[in-house]
Amino acid sequence: MNGNENQDLQRYNANERSNHWAVALLFVLAALSGLALFHPALFWLTNLFGGGPWTRILHPFIGVAMMLFFLGLAFRFAGRNRFKAHDRQWLSQWRDVISNQEENLPRIGKYNAGQKLLFWVLVISMLALLFSGIVIWREYFSDFFGIGMIRFASLLHAFAAFVLITSIIVHVYAAIWVKGSVGAMTSGKVSRAWARKHHALWYDEVRKNQR
Amino acid sequence: MATQDIIARSATTTASPSVRQFDEVAKLIDTTVCIGCKACQVACSEWNDLRDEVGDNVGVYDNPSDLTADSWTVMRFDEHETSEGDLEWLIRKDGCMHCEDPGCLKACPSPGAIVKYDNGIVDFDQDKCIGCGYCVTGCPFDVPRISKKDNKAYKCTLCSDRVSVGLEPACVKTCPTGAIVFGTKDEMKEHANWRIQDLKGRGYENAGIYDPQGVGGTHVMYVLHHADKPQLYSDLPKDPAISPLVGAWKGVAKPLAMLAMAATAAAGFFHYIRIGPNRVSKEDEAAVEHDAAQAGTNSPDAGGTSDER
Ligand code: HEM
Ligand code: SF4
Ligand code: SF4
Repeated sequence: MNGNENQDLQRYNANERSNHWAVALLFVLAALSGLALFHPALFWLTNLFGGGPWTRILHPFIGVAMMLFFLGLAFRFAGRNRFKAHDRQWLSQWRDVISNQEENLPRIGKYNAGQKLLFWVLVISMLALLFSGIVIWREYFSDFFGIGMIRFASLLHAFAAFVLITSIIVHVYAAIWVKGSVGAMTSGKVSRAWARKHHALWYDEVRKNQR
Repeated sequence: MATQDIIARSATTTASPSVRQFDEVAKLIDTTVCIGCKACQVACSEWNDLRDEVGDNVGVYDNPSDLTADSWTVMRFDEHETSEGDLEWLIRKDGCMHCEDPGCLKACPSPGAIVKYDNGIVDFDQDKCIGCGYCVTGCPFDVPRISKKDNKAYKCTLCSDRVSVGLEPACVKTCPTGAIVFGTKDEMKEHANWRIQDLKGRGYENAGIYDPQGVGGTHVMYVLHHADKPQLYSDLPKDPAISPLVGAWKGVAKPLAMLAMAATAAAGFFHYIRIGPNRVSKEDEAAVEHDAAQAGTNSPDAGGTSDER
């Protein structure tokens, strides 16, 4: 018997994991500092950043730093997130997905259609946040834009942030819900049974390459 | 100064201290009487201890050429050619309009950085300002300016410090022609009516008051010779209102977005409680053993092929 057969499968290498967690940490900081200004009920969050002015100063820099790391992540993962024919089928069976009846679903590769959807929503909302964020960055950039543009960007920034934060709530919950997933981003490994159950085509592919 | 007569407060969802009540005040600026001497600009920097940088002449009388964090009022000069070919010099004292429904206050994210007093004055509290510039985005009159020195927002206070102790604003006190008057809003409207009658009698049939209802009326009003065309006066907006974009950004969308984010988290929580986690089962593990056994004895292609990359 092949000696590899009982070992866990490598899903992410050390660089990918570091990149992911850099984005995650910066996202939390960007989201908390942004939400502090988003609604009066959350203004107290400015205390986490040293008060209102510091929150206003830090937020855009945190956002830009997050963007830079996110770009790295996006380039690493984009190829694997292209939509395939089976993704439509998978999405149409969302009821089976949320009721844990995975055996009814088509066999899928490294990412399921939900993960791919999340990936592209993140790409779009991050870009929207970057461009609108620069327009509303009063200290350095707003003087270059007209008032109509600034108003539009303010609305877009708040909306894109809402989409992004809501998506990340779903993303985090999915990691809690589907047991055995978190290891992929901590140790980098997942069990063979996990891979076979959730990402059968990827499981096949990895096994084939191990031979 | 006054802290018991606040009827609106930025980024605040509960009632503000508002037991004390006052009459609504207003400043009336009569453009038909103004001679453009800028005494009011001087009085403003005197009273408020503001000394703006000395700038450059940009070829017109406007000086400084725009409102700044240190120049809270500016005379704007416009040369207007009438249909008869006559020249009219339309001079407008620009500055905060002290809107009944202030877009700056609506946009400001910092609790109490912008307040509106019961008498109608809209005031910035720089100590609470965080320098984000949202007030600039919200204002329909392009009034607030963020100082490059301290990143705080500044604008005309309508001399709230003077008014609260029974004095008129400094510009009013100084105006040599009586073009600026101050009193209760009702008195000022009456005064304006009398002025408009006079102007109409002298051939200005479109003379009128500028008290735009799109922002609920203002506590700085103008008498204009051409009230039908306020744009003639250095782009004074005809029907100013809080932009629908700002309304959408700061209106019901926000509480709804908060609710939706909380609901998403709650949906996750209850999904976990009702349906529960998705775990790898004993059968899944057995299947892996089976695949491995097959792979050991059989062809390398145990689990089927895939073109997925
Ligand atoms: C990509 C780079 C980003 C830039 C340049 C940027 C810039 C800004 C700026 C300039 C503001 C106004 C407050 C201030 O001056 O600090 C702001 C507000 C905000 N940002 Fe960002 N940001 C970025 C990324 C993000 C991200 C990733 C999130 C969410 C996770 C976010 C969420 C928010 C929120 C919720 C607000 C408050 C919006 C409101 O008041 O309605 N931003 N951002
Ligand atoms: S004119 Fe602008 S700054 Fe003044 S009260 Fe109205 S919205 Fe606020
Ligand atoms: S710059 Fe200051 S006054 Fe203007 S909206 Fe921001 S916190 Fe409020």
